[in-house]
Amino acid sequence: MALGANTVATNTMTNDPILKVEHLSMRFGGLMAINDLSFEAQRGEITALIGPNGAGKTTVFNCVTGFYKPTMGMITMRQKAGKEFLLERMADFEITRDAKVARTFQNIRLFSGLTVLENLLVAQHNMLMKASGYTILGLLGLPAYKHASAESIEIAKHWLEKAHLIERADDPAGDLPYGAQRRLEIARAMCTGPEFLCLDEPAAGLNPRESLALNELLRSIRKDSGTSILLIEHDMSVVMEISDHVVVLEYGQKISDGTPDHVKNDPKVIAAYLGVEDDEVEEVIEEIEVIAESEGTEGGSH
Amino acid sequence: MSNISNTHERAGGNLTAQALREGFFAGLVSLGLFVLFVGLETTQNIRNELVLNQRWGLLAIFVIVAAVGRFLSVAYLRPWLAARKAAAAAKPAEGEESFFKRNFSKIAIVALIFYPPIMVMLFGVQGSLKWVDNFGIQILIYVMLAWGLNIVVGLAGLLDLGYVAFYAVGAYSYALLSQQFGFSFWILLPLAGILAAFWGMILGFPVLRLKGDYLAIVTLAFGEIIRLVLINWTEVTRGTFGVSGIPKASVFGIWSFDVSAPNNFAKAFDLPMSSAYYKIFLFYLILALALLTAYVTIRLRRMPIGRAWEALREDEIACRSLGINTVTTKLTAFSIGAMFGGFAGSFFAVRQGFVSPESFVFLESAIILAIVVLGGMGSLVGIAVAAAVMVGGTELLREMTFLKQIFGPDFTPELYRMLIFGLAMVTVMVWKPRGFVGSREPTAFLRERKAVSGNFTKEGHG
Amino acid sequence: MEYFVQQLVNGLTLGSIYGLIAIGYTMVYGIIGMINFAHGDIFMLGGFAALIIFLVLTSVFVGLPVVLLLLVMIAAAMLTASLWNWTIEKVAYRPLRGSFRLAPLITAIGMSIALSNFIQVTQGPRNKPIPPLVSSVYNVFGISISLKQLIIMLLTVILLTTFWYIVNKTSLGRAQRATEQDRKMAALLGIDVDRTISVTFIMGASLAAVAGTMYLMYYGVTVFTDGFIPGVKAFTAAVLGGIGSLPGAVLGGLLIGLIESLWSAYFTIDYKDVATFSILAIVLIFKPSGILGRPEVEKV
Repeated sequence: MALGANTVATNTMTNDPILKVEHLSMRFGGLMAINDLSFEAQRGEITALIGPNGAGKTTVFNCVTGFYKPTMGMITMRQKAGKEFLLERMADFEITRDAKVARTFQNIRLFSGLTVLENLLVAQHNMLMKASGYTILGLLGLPAYKHASAESIEIAKHWLEKAHLIERADDPAGDLPYGAQRRLEIARAMCTGPEFLCLDEPAAGLNPRESLALNELLRSIRKDSGTSILLIEHDMSVVMEISDHVVVLEYGQKISDGTPDHVKNDPKVIAAYLGVEDDEVEEVIEEIEVIAESEGTEGGSH
Repeated sequence: MSNISNTHERAGGNLTAQALREGFFAGLVSLGLFVLFVGLETTQNIRNELVLNQRWGLLAIFVIVAAVGRFLSVAYLRPWLAARKAAAAAKPAEGEESFFKRNFSKIAIVALIFYPPIMVMLFGVQGSLKWVDNFGIQILIYVMLAWGLNIVVGLAGLLDLGYVAFYAVGAYSYALLSQQFGFSFWILLPLAGILAAFWGMILGFPVLRLKGDYLAIVTLAFGEIIRLVLINWTEVTRGTFGVSGIPKASVFGIWSFDVSAPNNFAKAFDLPMSSAYYKIFLFYLILALALLTAYVTIRLRRMPIGRAWEALREDEIACRSLGINTVTTKLTAFSIGAMFGGFAGSFFAVRQGFVSPESFVFLESAIILAIVVLGGMGSLVGIAVAAAVMVGGTELLREMTFLKQIFGPDFTPELYRMLIFGLAMVTVMVWKPRGFVGSREPTAFLRERKAVSGNFTKEGHG
Repeated sequence: MEYFVQQLVNGLTLGSIYGLIAIGYTMVYGIIGMINFAHGDIFMLGGFAALIIFLVLTSVFVGLPVVLLLLVMIAAAMLTASLWNWTIEKVAYRPLRGSFRLAPLITAIGMSIALSNFIQVTQGPRNKPIPPLVSSVYNVFGISISLKQLIIMLLTVILLTTFWYIVNKTSLGRAQRATEQDRKMAALLGIDVDRTISVTFIMGASLAAVAGTMYLMYYGVTVFTDGFIPGVKAFTAAVLGGIGSLPGAVLGGLLIGLIESLWSAYFTIDYKDVATFSILAIVLIFKPSGILGRPEVEKV
């Protein structure tokens, strides 16, 4: 926790946004799913996008990753090398290929009939395509492709180890238990070599042990590969524990934006969550309290 | 069919009673089904008017066969199958596959290479013709076509009901260009492939936005359009008369099969004149082409493009999220599949010496697709087996002249060829919905290559 | 102008027949998501049943009134085609339900091949001509409308109304719509899904059988291969209108009929099918789910 807090402090000072969303609006027929939303995600941070059901979180995701074309607004992605991309003008696959933004899906989308290893190799498609001379040279069996192919397996192995999936590498992806499928999807996204990783509810449906393994994976992604992360999450313990920066949405609008501590004490956020249907209310309050207590004992850095 | 589940519980006399009931019901239903079509026959009399012929005996046979068959199936076959299944489940799974099973494809290739000489030895030069041509070449053409379509349907998961169009493009390319410009087969073979691939792109580009069954109907429509153009564009294609007198292929220009040519194959080797040599040459030619298709498919599957095809079949949206350009991926699948169709087409033209739109009807597309699905989508071995069973099996019917002795001299087994083919398609599919080989070979592995069960693979929606 | 209206009438007649067949495709597709390729052959089978009954009636009772003759032909065709489609569904499609999507498509193609060849084997490969049943032609404002055409259009309207009533107003129709939306849920709510699907096949076959009888009456001839072209065109109509949509099937059928007759009248008859298929391709490219079909929302 302390580590997370420190990075927040240093990064907010340098202010180096990797993703800038400005005046984003998305309309479906008469429904305004997102209304004039602006926020930034800092480089090297984990930014969480939270909000009640139907707040428009996944829509924001789909706009960022090009699956939806926003009605209005600008989404700018700035790579480490300084190159800028206007994501709203790019096709979905170009956003991953050129802008280096990868994503996962709320309802896991693995290639269930391919093995775990193959899933990770598909993710390295563009790199391998180039190495195989767009298939033609590879078909002739030139060494350049063999080399790249071996390398891609090494990369896959690296992520399999991180995701604790190395034992299951040769099994079909559809055969994995749920938690492992979640981790595999993240590993697969990482194999595209992203600078920015978007995770749509990675902890949904996980048991506490799987949830822990996930947190560990996300932390190590940020630490080792320097990939910035944007995540949608309902599980408050995950959000509060691993994120550096939280953006809260309600009815397609931003109602709060800041560090986890700031957000959880924001009366607007509390109201928004209390406004949620009965069954979720208690859960949310409890979670907030538990987190507040644990923060309190640690002395809270903000 | 409907109450398979509750037959297990019923025992002894109860079962017989049920079987009797179902048998009776089946007889009743078949009476309804066949009374008009089997019981009565419409024939023309001398004045060319339709009159009815009564065949009540035949109808009775149909009904009795249905009723007794149903009775036997419910009373004996099903309990026996259930018992066998239970016994199989109780027995531990077999460990090692047999040597034959493991090396099936190698053994099959060797067998095919020795097939023509063995046939010549068994039936003589002239007698081998039928076995090499009607069986060998005929089956291998379908194997090659099905392997080509497999790239589109089996790997990329794009349902194509108009594959025969590319076959037609290849055949007409060879037929017309060889007559117009006198190019040889060896120049036109690759050209026909390229032209077909080009057509694959042209047809593929507008339709790739479509999904599933919409894609299926538009590919069917394109297949029909190409056939109709071949029929109606008489100045070029000579319409329904077709193009005849297509030159034969030569052995790389060294030996010719033209009787008058000085470098005639038979003359060069001092053999008696026979068309069998040409057929044997064609056999090896189509074998080589089919093996090329298989080789390229196997290589491509291990390349990024092949993996992208399979990924596309599994989940298109996930593909896009990984930076894969799905449009070019689909187009390559379409055009490479089309290219092999084109190769097969030009081979077809060379073999027949004659092409007409008759050969490129929808039924051909359906047969090729059926072979791909019956074989097990994506599995080269399964597809080859399916082609051999379906095409070879129906060809065999032509040979069953002994049936004439049973059913009388009017009986022509060929007439029943397509009827049996259709019913076989249904039977095999119901028996093995995933095809002969339901599992999938992974393209890369860390520790061991484990086949992926068909339960996990998807069939694509594009 | 008169020529144009004349072609319009011809097109609508043909379109009515296509529409009736198309409903069978679209209903089956709606309820179990498969292309019933054998449906065209069910149409052909219906035509043959009508033909044989016609021959039976005319040889046994001489001088039967045409109305009665037609009604018996239609009834016999409906019964036979329904029984066939019901059996086919039970034998070839039901065991594959919920399995691999392409498997039932292949069995359907297999059934289609088997059915047309069954008729070829049992009834012979030659064209089967019948003497004209109704031959009166009316002249309205310079346009000639034959009684045949009137019967076809009138019958189509009656059948569609009945059909619309069944699907929208009866509990059977409700069960069908529920099964179409969510088969599992429908089963949980006590709908007999197997029976509903069987009924759908029977309804589709009945309409196709009427179309088959009309086709026989209109052209006065039938042959065992007659299932394919009208079948493909009706399927095209269903897709053009938006597969799964009942009004779409009728609209698509009428459109195909009109395109065909107008194209033949003003351009060249040789390329009429090319025109039909090209228009299908063009419509689908710009409106991928057909004219009245619900656009498929891509859920991410």
